[in-house]
Amino acid sequence: MKFEYAPAPESTAIVDIQSDYNLFIDGKFVPSKGGKRFATMNPANEQVLAKVTQGTAADVDRAVKAATNAYKKTWSKLPGADRGKYLFRIARILQERAREFAVLESMDNGKPIRETRDTDIPLAAAHFFYHAGWADKLEHAGLGANPKAHGVVGQIIPWNFPLLMLAWKIAPALATGNTVVLKPAETTPLTALLFAEVCQQAELPNGVVNIVTGDGATGSALVNHPGIQKIAFTGSTEVGKLIARSVVGTKKALTLELGGKGANIVFEDAPIDETVEGIINGIYFNQGHVCCAGSRLLVQENIKDELIEKLKRRMSMIRVGDPLDKNTDLGAINSKAQLTKIQELAQSGDTEGAERWSPECQLPEKGFWFPPTFFTGVSQSHRIAREEIFGPVLSVITFRTPSEAIEKANNTPYGLSAGIWTDKGSRILWSAQQLKAGVIWANTFNKFDPASPFGGYKESGWGREGGRHGLAAYLKGDM
Amino acid sequence: MLAIDGTETSIKSFLRTLSPVDQVGAESRAAMLGTRSIKTTSKLWAIDTAISMIDLTTLEGADTPGKVKAICTKAVRPDPLDATVPHVGAVCVYNDMVRIAREHLDNNGGKSIPVAAVSTAFPSGRASLEVKKRDTEDAIANGATEIDMVIDRGAFLSGNLAKVFAEIVCIKEICGERAHLKVILETGELVTYDNVRKASFLAMAAGADFIKTSTGKVTPAATTPVVLVMLEAVRDYFQLTGKRIGVKPAGGIRTTKDAIKQLVLVNETAGPEWLNPELFRIGASALLNDLLMQRMKMHHGQYSGRNYVTLD
Repeated sequence: MKFEYAPAPESTAIVDIQSDYNLFIDGKFVPSKGGKRFATMNPANEQVLAKVTQGTAADVDRAVKAATNAYKKTWSKLPGADRGKYLFRIARILQERAREFAVLESMDNGKPIRETRDTDIPLAAAHFFYHAGWADKLEHAGLGANPKAHGVVGQIIPWNFPLLMLAWKIAPALATGNTVVLKPAETTPLTALLFAEVCQQAELPNGVVNIVTGDGATGSALVNHPGIQKIAFTGSTEVGKLIARSVVGTKKALTLELGGKGANIVFEDAPIDETVEGIINGIYFNQGHVCCAGSRLLVQENIKDELIEKLKRRMSMIRVGDPLDKNTDLGAINSKAQLTKIQELAQSGDTEGAERWSPECQLPEKGFWFPPTFFTGVSQSHRIAREEIFGPVLSVITFRTPSEAIEKANNTPYGLSAGIWTDKGSRILWSAQQLKAGVIWANTFNKFDPASPFGGYKESGWGREGGRHGLAAYLKGDM
Repeated sequence: MLAIDGTETSIKSFLRTLSPVDQVGAESRAAMLGTRSIKTTSKLWAIDTAISMIDLTTLEGADTPGKVKAICTKAVRPDPLDATVPHVGAVCVYNDMVRIAREHLDNNGGKSIPVAAVSTAFPSGRASLEVKKRDTEDAIANGATEIDMVIDRGAFLSGNLAKVFAEIVCIKEICGERAHLKVILETGELVTYDNVRKASFLAMAAGADFIKTSTGKVTPAATTPVVLVMLEAVRDYFQLTGKRIGVKPAGGIRTTKDAIKQLVLVNETAGPEWLNPELFRIGASALLNDLLMQRMKMHHGQYSGRNYVTLD
């Protein structure tokens, strides 16, 4: 018998999207100085959701001045416990308004409501709760007896986890006593603007958090502003390199969280059904728009056929479609540009001789969509084995021995994440020791916790976010 | 086919080829499937499907002919005011109630509803094989066409797998063509998912037509991760042998929501082929009334309350 799941759409009545948004500077929404408006759309149906402001260099300057003023006059003077109170307040408001944020994030980003509801928003709140606890304990963080804030930090975040990346940036910055100018991604500014309302609701002192929307030009103005003491960026390695170049020779501190080409390594004794779930979660979670995605599946050759059969079967159960449907597993690709990039790289897989497979699935006509896909017969020299696709595309590579697995896993300019699947504890420890990756999961994948530091080796970035190590990025030690 | 000839060595070496189960992963997969939102038409379909899969059960020391007859009447016509409600999958009783149940069903329009008997010194299984055989023969002689046997968990946990295997083979021989054999693993006593997976394969290889989670006398019983692991086992066994074995969760499934979660598990694990009473049953008693109340609400738009369904 066929069990059809009737549509179960989450209502959008809870969100109140304005037609136009100004910039959030010094605690107020203010019009830009000379900046034009641009549209942000729902990538699942290409409908314009709102018009937001292209922040200009003059706007960035105003925001940095407001942040500087707030740092000097209020925020740096507050005891840590009082900063913590604001963070707790923000965390609670995020929980109270979780559904509103989840729906808005899904609409602006295209990701399934199941993920915004169960992952993005709860984790964002958790980051504020976690860092609220640190605010009055910084002298015990192992960063010297009296660690100091940098002052004003400029933060630029990507479109894949808009609110969560905002939380990863703002929560530690505020806990450590910095003030913030944040630029959300061009295609996903709406939850950051809703977060600005949360700052008002929490009665956060004016100027402590400033949000300037815009594209790369706005980001560049922020990076190059002389009033910024520290830059934190999450995004592509390409842009990260540009930022590193422009910061060189200044006194600005810099942390970068960049791309990845994570290896998910499956040994012959792996718990196979859970491994299949881990592979799915590693590459099809958030449409593969995950910097730490397990985009390379390294499978021991003697179990490849069995694993691929199971993977195919499981992939045919993935529900692709309306992101607001509570039963959707894979939503829309965030933008036309990203879709084009995914298509182009997948094409290269075909032409270079790898074999493409996708389950049968009906993609919606409007919007940007790409089916869950894997390539077999991939070798290390194929582009799809080396370049970050940032989409629901998995490259399957085989290995014969554990050392070959490690060699192939490390044979990449990136070093963000890796997964190990085996029933053998000693092999987990051995592999983790050999792998050059900032985050290594054993018999699971894409699990996040604010207490656990996250970041990369090599071209995957500098510095760590989250945990005690993440605090170091926002403090000047006096050791 | 499976290379098991009944010897300890052959059983152990086969079970060693099974993939291990990761506890955290299995539990998170089951939890994720529990978030599926089943509404409107699909909920109506699921309610009727669940009703048709219930093994309506009474297994009490206090069971009387009157009680057994009452549940048989309910099995045929779950809602006396609504003939569109399907009948349940089977009636499940103790051995000595089989004849009473069979006759009452036959005389009240329930000829097509099988009677299942719990057997082999249910629920503990602590009796000699001779007693277990007699128990089974007696149930079949009295009209049971489904036998719910328990495995010897003590033997399983002590590593005496050949004994567990041989008992199932023996009971299966008695059942022959006369009765379907459901093998109860009592997963609450096996504890680990690795054990559940091993016991599932052991039972299937020995001739089970169904594998069943629990007696209902031990908690935890039919938790969603346990059912997930068993559904994966029947799916893999089908890949290996081409034979579809049924699954019966029993114990702890009391609400419509619980039942729908089970159907989602079946659908997305073993697959839609398993979504029929030939291959999936739910052992329950209180569940039926909750399904009926939800069904009334779906049809009439309001809850009528527990006095509008029959308590038997």
